[in-house]
Amino acid sequence: MNFKTISIVSMLGIATVLAGCGETKTSGIEPKSMADALHSVMEADRTVYTKLIVNRLVKEEKVIKASEHWKDDKALVLPAQMFRYGAERVSEKGSDFSYSLLSLWPVNKQNKPKTDVEKTGLKYIADNPGKNYYSEETLGEQKYYTAIYPDIAVAPACTSCHNAHKDSPRTDFKIGDVMGGVVIRIPMKS
Amino acid sequence: MGNNSTKWIYWLVISLLLTGYLVYRLYGDDKTLYSPGAMTHGHYQIEMSCASCHTSSFGGGEVLQDACMNCHGAELKEARDSHPKSKFTDPRNASRVKKLDARVCVTCHTEHKQEIAGEMGLTLPGDYCFKCHQDIADDRPSHQGMEFNSCGTAGCHNYHDNTALYEDFLEKHLNEPEYLTNAQVKQTSLAKDIALLGNYPVDKYPLNKLTQYDADPPLRVKKDPLITEDWSMTAHANAGVNCSACHEQEQPDDKTKWINKPTHEACQACHVPEVIGFLSGKHGMRLKEGLSAMTPAMATQPMRPQAHDIELSCTSCHSAHKFDTQHAAVEACLTCHADQHSKSYKDSPHFFAWHKEITGQAEPDTGVSCATCHLPRQLKKVHGHGLVFAEHNQNMNLRPNEKMLRSVCMNCHGLGFSLDALADKNLVNKNFNGMPSVHIESIDLVKQRLEKSSKPKEGSP
Repeated sequence: MNFKTISIVSMLGIATVLAGCGETKTSGIEPKSMADALHSVMEADRTVYTKLIVNRLVKEEKVIKASEHWKDDKALVLPAQMFRYGAERVSEKGSDFSYSLLSLWPVNKQNKPKTDVEKTGLKYIADNPGKNYYSEETLGEQKYYTAIYPDIAVAPACTSCHNAHKDSPRTDFKIGDVMGGVVIRIPMKS
Repeated sequence: MGNNSTKWIYWLVISLLLTGYLVYRLYGDDKTLYSPGAMTHGHYQIEMSCASCHTSSFGGGEVLQDACMNCHGAELKEARDSHPKSKFTDPRNASRVKKLDARVCVTCHTEHKQEIAGEMGLTLPGDYCFKCHQDIADDRPSHQGMEFNSCGTAGCHNYHDNTALYEDFLEKHLNEPEYLTNAQVKQTSLAKDIALLGNYPVDKYPLNKLTQYDADPPLRVKKDPLITEDWSMTAHANAGVNCSACHEQEQPDDKTKWINKPTHEACQACHVPEVIGFLSGKHGMRLKEGLSAMTPAMATQPMRPQAHDIELSCTSCHSAHKFDTQHAAVEACLTCHADQHSKSYKDSPHFFAWHKEITGQAEPDTGVSCATCHLPRQLKKVHGHGLVFAEHNQNMNLRPNEKMLRSVCMNCHGLGFSLDALADKNLVNKNFNGMPSVHIESIDLVKQRLEKSSKPKEGSP
């Protein structure tokens, strides 16, 4: 490496460092890290409720029923409802972020993908097991960081209920299948 | 110069008079000057209490929305609101909110526009369901061609309360008879459950039966034998509730003061859910807002002229000292109400059932009084316990009348019959003296769907 080359490399290095000095340092948590952290808590709680409460009591010990109409039927809240009620509570508390549980094969048709990101993301996680989908979208003049995570069938209670439900458009779910997606939205500055 | 001074004096005097008049109208009893229009059925009683809704001079729609929820939030929660605000604050529904901002009540229910209020007494757009559910026929082919302004008027759906209309509920009650064999309403159990209320002074008023000789007014208050006799026949005396329990009011210096005519505040010491219901409903909402008591003269519904000046309170229906719930359940209502439905009551099969019950010809809780339907006994959560109380807020199950299905009609009748009867306006006017001439299709649609469906349902474990 001759002197000329060393000089050019050094100048480029200094220029890079100087250019870096002009940037505003971002503070706080990156949206992706925040979404991933939120999802890890959601997924853990959802799995625990599904396996330790619903599947154990309904399928294994057969002592109680889980029902969509849990109040009328004096039954356990379904895992999907448990998740949604949590999302509603978060919304009622006025939190910035929001989350929902959607599916390409929803029992309630209001839970099918609606925005372009939802459509693309849910298809992506269904076609690429184990992978998440991250994007940005603008809804109602607000920009969002949107993360979509696969929602997996973790227990027989998930598959048997969805496969038997009269409003379910798909009836061949197996344990380990992607049944839908958890969509987390974090508002961003435009 | 002289002329100019006179003009200034005139200007000043007129300005002061005008300001004084405006201030007087703002803080006086009659605030109609500031009302942009007549109030709807639900709020006309409290029109002169502007601050009930306009709680702050500053702030925008959120102030009004908070006011709506302060009074109606619990009712919506109880009804398991099908369209809660949280559904529309979800960003994925931003495009829907743009079409119909369902995050706030006033989008559909405008106030001060009584002239455009509908049958339910409030304003309501006709085809709002279309904004979000225009593709419903894709999912429910049976709905193809149905008009979107018929969703809520055909006895099939409600925007908020679908607790008796959801598909699986209809399915569960598909083939019920017109009359159920075990027709009976819930029994109240306050005397038994009073200890569960937490703040009942059981030490001072143990649950022992008292006689008129046990009455405990202070010496300076002359005992009236008629009053003590009336009291001795009541549930109060039976449960150990003495005169002082209602008439003595605690003072800040730990002493007590004898009150000759206790108000609902005294009743509330033990009857919390009843008084909350009373203050939230048509009979007590003026008291809740600090206005004078409601009188039949103020009502927009037909009332008996001789009752016009009755001031509504707990005792106007329950009558002080007698606290006769049978009187409160029928005769008290008919003392004031003179609409066709009320006037037809005593010719109805409901009254015959009531008459049989109160004359001992039928089992307790099998008769149907005015209160059975309009102040129904319901299970309520109090301090974490489920207790049965009479719901004194008529709004909870009045309009739309499908709200009565579960709390009232289905205690005695099958769902299909009840739906048809409630939809038949003539029959309602005749106080259900006859059979329904209207038929609601929703149960038929469920039957048809079941017949077409071959999928087994998820059953019990």
